[in-house]
Amino acid sequence: MSSPRLRVLAPALSIAALTFLTACSPERNVEAADTAKAGRTAAPDFALKDANGATVKLSDYRGKVVLLDFWATWCGPCKIEIPWFMEFEQTYKDRKFSVVGVSMDDDGWSVVKPYIEQHKINYRILLGNDDVGRRYGGVDSLPTTMLIDRSGHIAFTHVGLSTSKSGFQNEITSLLNAR
Amino acid sequence: MPARSTGALALFFLSFLAAGQDRGGMSVLSIAPVPKVHAQRGKELTQKLEAEVQPGFHVNSNAPDDEFLIPLKLTWNKGPLEVLEIVYPKPTREKYSFSDKPLAVFTGKFEIATRFRVSSAAGDMGVMTGKLRYQACNNKECLQPKTVNVQFSLDVR
Repeated sequence: MSSPRLRVLAPALSIAALTFLTACSPERNVEAADTAKAGRTAAPDFALKDANGATVKLSDYRGKVVLLDFWATWCGPCKIEIPWFMEFEQTYKDRKFSVVGVSMDDDGWSVVKPYIEQHKINYRILLGNDDVGRRYGGVDSLPTTMLIDRSGHIAFTHVGLSTSKSGFQNEITSLLNAR
Repeated sequence: MPARSTGALALFFLSFLAAGQDRGGMSVLSIAPVPKVHAQRGKELTQKLEAEVQPGFHVNSNAPDDEFLIPLKLTWNKGPLEVLEIVYPKPTREKYSFSDKPLAVFTGKFEIATRFRVSSAAGDMGVMTGKLRYQACNNKECLQPKTVNVQFSLDVR
C-alpha cells in the first residue's frame, strides 16, 4: 500500500471487514483477531481530550504497547473488562505499557467523570467522537478493544466482551516481549 | 489495488457499518407500520406501537435499574393530538453474563401505548410524528443508541 489514500483507508477497512465478517450471528464476539506482524496496519492517530482537559494523541504513545478500549458508560459488557484493564495498567505500566480508554458517550464528561470516579479507573480516559469512530471503522459495537504494538500498529482486535482476562494477558505479554 | 476499487470497497464496508444497529439487512428493533387512525374531535384514543427486538438482543426498559443505562423513550412531536400518557409494557427481568443482577429489559415483541386527546379544533386530516430512542445489547456487546422516527396518519371526524 503505497498511496496516501490507501494508507488512510487501510485501518478502517481492516476493522470494518473484521466486523462485517462476524456480523451474521447474534453474538458476534471476535476473540483476538491476531494479525501477523508483517500484515499489521497502522492505528489511526487521533487527538482527544482527557478528563483534565489535556489533549492526548495516540502517537504520543509510540514506543509503548497500548491497549486501546472503545467503551461507554451505558455498556454492560464493558464494565466486566474495565477491572481487567485496571489490573493490566497496574501490572505492566513499568514495562512501557498503557491502557487508553476512549469513551463513546454522547453525553460527554457529565456522565463519564462520575463513572470514572465510581469505578476508580486508574488509566487514562479520553472522550471519543464520531470522527475517531469512523477512523476505526465505525465502532458500532462496544466494547471494541485493540492491542497496539510499540510501532503503533494494530496487533489484536476484540469486538465484544472477551471470554477471558488471560487471553488479553497473553497478547500483552507477547507484544511486550517482542523484539 | 486501483484507487477506485479501494474506494468502492471502503464505501461498501462503511455503508454497512453506518447502518448502525442494522445487522444483515435487518434492524435490531423494528416497528410495525401503524394503519390510518380514525379519531373523533374532543374524544380520547389509545394508539399502540408494536415493536420487535431481534432474537439474541434486548433493549433497556423505559426505567432501567442502573443510572448509566440508556432508557427506551418514546416522544411525540406537537401535532393534532395531545399526548395524555405514554404507557410502556412491564419489562422482563433477564440475567446476562455481564451483569451481577437481572436487568429490566424488553425482548421479542412488545407494545407501547399512547393515550391521546383529539383537539376539538383539529383539522380533518393530520399526521402525528415522534421518535423512539433505544439502546440494544446482547450477551457480549452493546450497540450505539439509536433514535428511529415513528408516525401515523389520521382522519378526524
